Amino acid sequence: MNHQPERLYLYPVWIRIWHMTNAILCLTLIITGLSIQFATPGTVIKFKTAVSVHNIAGILLSLSYAAFFIGNLLTTNGAYYVIPVKGFLDRLLKQFRYYTVGLFKKEDAPFPVSEENKFNPLQQSTYVVLMYAMVPFVILSGWGLLYPEITVKSFVGYSGLDLTDLFHIIAGFTISIIMCVHIYFCTIGKSPWSNFKSMLNGYHESH
Amino acid sequence: MVYKTNIRPAWVVLVLLMIFTLAFTLVKTSDNNAPEQKVQTEKIIPTKIDLSKFKNAEQNEKCLKCHGQTKYSYENAESKQTVTKRMYAELVLNRDVFYVSNHKGFKCTDCHSEDYETFPHAGNLRMETKANCIDCHGGDEKYAKFKFEQIESEFQASVHSEKHSKDFTCWMCHNAHTYKINARTNENLKQTITYDNLICLHCHGDVNNYQLLTDKEKPNLLQKHEWLPNQASHFTNVRCIECHAKNEDTLVVAHHIMSKKNAVRKCEACHSKNSILYASLYKQQVKENIQKEGIFKGLLMADATTIGPDKSNTLNIISILIFALTMLAIAIHAAFRIKKSS
Ligand code: HEM
Repeated sequence: MNHQPERLYLYPVWIRIWHMTNAILCLTLIITGLSIQFATPGTVIKFKTAVSVHNIAGILLSLSYAAFFIGNLLTTNGAYYVIPVKGFLDRLLKQFRYYTVGLFKKEDAPFPVSEENKFNPLQQSTYVVLMYAMVPFVILSGWGLLYPEITVKSFVGYSGLDLTDLFHIIAGFTISIIMCVHIYFCTIGKSPWSNFKSMLNGYHESH
Repeated sequence: MVYKTNIRPAWVVLVLLMIFTLAFTLVKTSDNNAPEQKVQTEKIIPTKIDLSKFKNAEQNEKCLKCHGQTKYSYENAESKQTVTKRMYAELVLNRDVFYVSNHKGFKCTDCHSEDYETFPHAGNLRMETKANCIDCHGGDEKYAKFKFEQIESEFQASVHSEKHSKDFTCWMCHNAHTYKINARTNENLKQTITYDNLICLHCHGDVNNYQLLTDKEKPNLLQKHEWLPNQASHFTNVRCIECHAKNEDTLVVAHHIMSKKNAVRKCEACHSKNSILYASLYKQQVKENIQKEGIFKGLLMADATTIGPDKSNTLNIISILIFALTMLAIAIHAAFRIKKSS
């Protein structure tokens, strides 16, 4: 039933390097971010250390995001992030049904991985929202907090800095949640480990 | 590639980013045009105050006709010529400031000798000592809530009175001619911050005033506080006394200024759930909220309008809930997968 070749080279070296950097930076940012958010005198990570590490990791994340952004602009990998509008909702629902029902009935995936479709519709929309909305947003608001003097002083009566802070926290939280789901969904593959292996060696193993 | 003709999201984001930057600069520039709160400068005559409303005004004008201006004139009794001289800046009293101050109802001669009514003033009047706050307000039930006695004892324990002994009086920070109650009544936090910080800067930001009390070189505040990240933000959003004064819950504004080695230097002293700012800068706000909204809601509301991290309990509860639900969904899904595969 599966006519795809066994192994597809889907994750070029630059994507793998970017992704590894990105994952490490995001984890660092989440851990230090949480310890800043819930700071109490005498926490495990010193407040000052947490702030410095968070700032440095944030700056590095901006660089790594720029690499991803430019890479997707210049290479063919960017095409995987274009969502065809026609029938989008249908495809999304189909994939959703597969994850909630079909998977357990051992049905075939409705959108098997191929060279044209690296991502299924759910994966694709998540990645697009993540990489082209949430991550840029968290980076921009982060810079706004790093240099409060560039941030708008007040916006419709609220302190601009407070709003930026609020948005930064909400965006960071959203990314953390998506990351948890992302890692879990990566265990759905030929074997629970195969997708993680793909991100190391570049080859996708089909079902 | 199938979708070659479509626009890549990267381009969309690029365009959005440019629009965002443009909009941001527009907001920023209009922001700069917003009226800034001006520090009052000494502008003498004409006054905006309707003097007929004050029954002490007529009497006071006898003094203010000279001391309400930057110059004064008198006739030289010998040469019969009119002499015009500058009024020494510290002896000038701005009517606009005095008649809105807390002591606006007083006559000059309530505190100063009546002998001043003759000009030229007698030489011995120079020896007149200025009254300090406690001299009038001490032991007065009407003023009990302001706790002048405690202010006095905190002040006596502070570096200011320890290091400068008698030279340093209440007047160094509070001029009785212009003093207007602020932290207790002003709802605009920013104004309170500016007001209180200007008091410190009067000497610590002006070498001439600083060296009236000491021969030491005035420390450069910007350099001394270089370790503070985002210095400008800190300087405009908290008061000097937040870190430099020992705060007692019973006083609205702390007067026990500590020596520099005891100043707060730990970020998390303020940037944490148990921020010391709740007991100092935000104290009045928190108290008012509790009075208005009850203890539970009052604290919550105060939470939502303050510093740095961990602003809103509601937001924390929502995020923990979302996180828990996500984990639960993942666990259920995983459990089903394991069950089906075995
Ligand atoms: C420890 C954390 C992470 C692990 C173990 C992990 C794992 C993986 C794996 C196995 C894949 C390949 C399967 C697929 O294409 O769906 C993948 C792809 C991807 N991940 Fe992650 N990930 C992590 C963190 C993140 C984070 C923090 C982000 C973004 C903020 C992210 C964004 C992406 C994107 C955009 C792809 C697709 C890349 C492409 O092929 O163009 N990941 N991840």
